[in-house]
Amino acid sequence: MSNTIHDMGGMHGFGPVEEEANEPVFHTKWESRVYAMNRAMGPLRLWTIDEGRAAQEALHPAVYTNASYYQRWLLGLEARALQHGLVTKDELSSGKALEENDRPNRIFKAEDAANLTRSSFDRDPQGEPVFKAGDKVRTLNINPQGHTRLPRYARDKIGEVEAVRGCHVFPDSVANGKGDDPQWLYTVVFDGQVLWGSDAEPGIKISIEAFEPYIEAI
Amino acid sequence: MSIDEDRGQDHSHGHSHEHGEMSELSDTQLRVRSLETVLAEKGYVDSAALDAIVEAYETRIGPQNGARVVARAWADPEFRRALLEDASTAVNTMGNVSPVGSHLIAVENTVERHNMVVCTLCSCYPWEVLGLPPTWYKSAPYRSRAVLEPRAVLSEFGVTLPDETEVRVWDSTAETRYIVIPERPEGTDGWSEEQLAELVTRNSMIGTGLAQRPDGKTEDS
Repeated sequence: MSNTIHDMGGMHGFGPVEEEANEPVFHTKWESRVYAMNRAMGPLRLWTIDEGRAAQEALHPAVYTNASYYQRWLLGLEARALQHGLVTKDELSSGKALEENDRPNRIFKAEDAANLTRSSFDRDPQGEPVFKAGDKVRTLNINPQGHTRLPRYARDKIGEVEAVRGCHVFPDSVANGKGDDPQWLYTVVFDGQVLWGSDAEPGIKISIEAFEPYIEAI
Repeated sequence: MSIDEDRGQDHSHGHSHEHGEMSELSDTQLRVRSLETVLAEKGYVDSAALDAIVEAYETRIGPQNGARVVARAWADPEFRRALLEDASTAVNTMGNVSPVGSHLIAVENTVERHNMVVCTLCSCYPWEVLGLPPTWYKSAPYRSRAVLEPRAVLSEFGVTLPDETEVRVWDSTAETRYIVIPERPEGTDGWSEEQLAELVTRNSMIGTGLAQRPDGKTEDS
């Protein structure tokens, strides 16, 4: 889902940004296990990173807001494990495996933690990039039911292409089960007043990473 | 409403409930333990591998890596140029920083422009060079306000910039990841990379802080 609580840019009412002095990497052991489970499950390629994001975005807004970051990761992982039939509700309730399953061929092992680098999202392009640095563009006014990475505050706004970042997996496709559908990715920058009107703070510019289907020439 | 609602249990924050002394935190603990046990018994995760991932982020992979990158950029103009050109490739030539994958981008603060990074849609962050993000970076206040009123947010971090300095906010809406190269503090001529790295705070690489000054005073807290 796109127009829900996770799309927070520009919202009011959440209060000041509060920094915690000497914050540990993880506050509790369970946070570290949730993080590690998510990382270890990724390489099994049962789902994509965008499907993982979409699972959190599908949470009810009240649940999303009240849950901590790692609680959301827990809920998203549970939801995907259930959706993909890896576990059953009864197993999660009882805390033990109750049904036989086909074992995955390869799982993440301790030695794999020596290399936790990110994989590449580059894909072979389906054509040349339509835009180049310096082009003025307008973002589309889209409100899809499915996953997107075009935030609401930057829809139907005029900006400038600053850089071409390569041809990447298209989240709006892959998160919705429609394959990589590679698209050119651009950094598009907006003046603060374009986004926020005449009361915008002076001298601010905001950029997003925009896939080619998000923008049109003007 | 709590995260347990979808199991028909409404354990509201801070209120006593049917489990008596059991806090919501321990409900979450039990739920995590249950998920890990089931996934491990079914062969999807190996608990020793989970230990290794946690250890990596608690020891090897943290802002000390980014600080070494920044210090090298300050000390070595050729490296700085390569870093701004292609940060993933440049960082992997260093040798004293754990390896990084694709799509890392370095942006440089100058007198004319101050850079600041956010992810309004989730909490994307350059894990490989900064480790896992602090809670404030993942919080609704930062995600909502960094794009709307970055100067106000900066002032809450103790950073006040002249109006002539443009504030540029990078919303990490795709798989590109940004690290800010803060300005090198004055009075550090001739310092070694190791000395310089000590001045590079995590917040200065997110853009909510400045590098420390050599007199030990922080300008960002």
